[in-house]
Amino acid sequence: MSDDVLLKISNIDVFHGTFQALWNVSVDIRQGEMLALIGANTSGKTTLLDTVSGLLHPAKGSIEFGGRDIGQLDPYQIVELGITQVPEGRRIFPDMSVQDNLVIGSYSKSARSKKSENIKKVYEHFPKLQERRKQIAKTLSGGEQQMLAIGRGLMADPKLMLIDEMSLGLAPIVIDELFRALKRIKERGITILFVEQNVRRTLQEADRAYILETGRVALSGDAAQLCEEDQVKKAYFGVDVCGG
Amino acid sequence: MDSGDIITPLVMGILLGGLYALIALGLSMVFGVMRLINLAHGDLVVLGSYAGYGLMTLLGLDPIVGLLISIPLMFALGFAIQKYLMGRAFAISSEAPLIIAFGISLVIQNANQILWTPLSRALNTSYSNLSFSIGERQFPLTYLLDFMAGIIIMLALREFLTRTYLGRAITAASQDNKAAQLMGINTKRVYGYAFAIAMMSAAVAGVFLGMTFPFTPTSGVSFLTIAFGTVIIGGLGSMLGTFIGGIILGIVQTLGGHFLGSASQMLIVYVIVLVILSVRPQGLFGR
Repeated sequence: MSDDVLLKISNIDVFHGTFQALWNVSVDIRQGEMLALIGANTSGKTTLLDTVSGLLHPAKGSIEFGGRDIGQLDPYQIVELGITQVPEGRRIFPDMSVQDNLVIGSYSKSARSKKSENIKKVYEHFPKLQERRKQIAKTLSGGEQQMLAIGRGLMADPKLMLIDEMSLGLAPIVIDELFRALKRIKERGITILFVEQNVRRTLQEADRAYILETGRVALSGDAAQLCEEDQVKKAYFGVDVCGG
Repeated sequence: MDSGDIITPLVMGILLGGLYALIALGLSMVFGVMRLINLAHGDLVVLGSYAGYGLMTLLGLDPIVGLLISIPLMFALGFAIQKYLMGRAFAISSEAPLIIAFGISLVIQNANQILWTPLSRALNTSYSNLSFSIGERQFPLTYLLDFMAGIIIMLALREFLTRTYLGRAITAASQDNKAAQLMGINTKRVYGYAFAIAMMSAAVAGVFLGMTFPFTPTSGVSFLTIAFGTVIIGGLGSMLGTFIGGIILGIVQTLGGHFLGSASQMLIVYVIVLVILSVRPQGLFGR
């Protein structure tokens, strides 16, 4: 592996109570890339993100971020280090205004001093949020709520952003807009690890991808190469894969 | 005052409602943030009354001045209760904290019995028997102080919850715990602060209550009942709703007493609470 690895997950086992959700999983995330995790429901994608975020802890193996083992840290310490998660289902704070949702995103000590600067950047990425900044968050459309969730994540001033099922339930045109925003976020130097079920779309957008199956890494590699893998073709598409 | 005069009971009810709101704010906040029905809340309020009584009789402090000492103490006690008792109980099950709260209630009641005997006490001050007048009607000054304290604490809590980082963190944790953690909020600590702040409001409520009504070590149960009534009317978790709930409960009680006799005034309160529970279970201002 190259030495510009930002996050190194090595051989982790993770349990939900007595149920083992991840088996000996290893994932490297390189500085500045857009890495995708692909897999069916219950393949362990969300578990992996939640483990990196510190909501779950590995029973075995290690997670290193910038050379430091973060596997046993609590979520707030992980956010402090520069890893933020945009959770599945958006989970914005429904009864707060758009602006208050963004402000709470800058809660960690390292992000507070950059609050106004980051709010400006979020509004540049998502002008709609600025128009609706006084609105109560639960009254936003699904796409706008997802923008808010991403914007709130950016407020933590992250080095690495974990994004879970961003496009779930959204119209294709909205998904296009969100992926364009992710590209711009990536251009700012923020590394992105994202989870999707839409394999075709994901392989178009990502630099590299890991495919999870029942809690194990089944395949990994450059997104373009994975498109050509017979295994992927058979498992996820008909015949024609990443052409369109 | 003839029986046709409803202005006097109306004003008394509004002023008393401020006190009810003051008693209920802490209960409302703990429920809003932790989804915990704090059965010990009434006893914590009474603990605040005894703290004022102790400072008054031992150090000669005016009860309101004594708050400068009792508020920080109650804050620290609240933080400790959350950290060492409630937090651990939450890790076991969602019912465990309820039982812990009941246990705290019994401990406080018995500690107060031992320390202060079961005799009825009151916070009598130089201004306890003063009154003020609106037109030709006279009202006890303490009722006005109660009302003002209720407004001040309610507004202070509202501003705190909406304007400060910690307040917003408390609000965020109450709306979505997981998302709050992902925002870098140490939710365990935030819960500690929420409980501690609820205890501060209980300290204030206890003092104003003790200046208005006599109290005994077992008074907590009836204050808990009043607090429940208030938050059921107003809606749990909303500070403004709790305040208005207190006013409504106060008015219902005094007007009920006025028209039907003081024996049935609490009965009317319960009927109103039941009606609101069946028609609008989230409370008038609840989400």
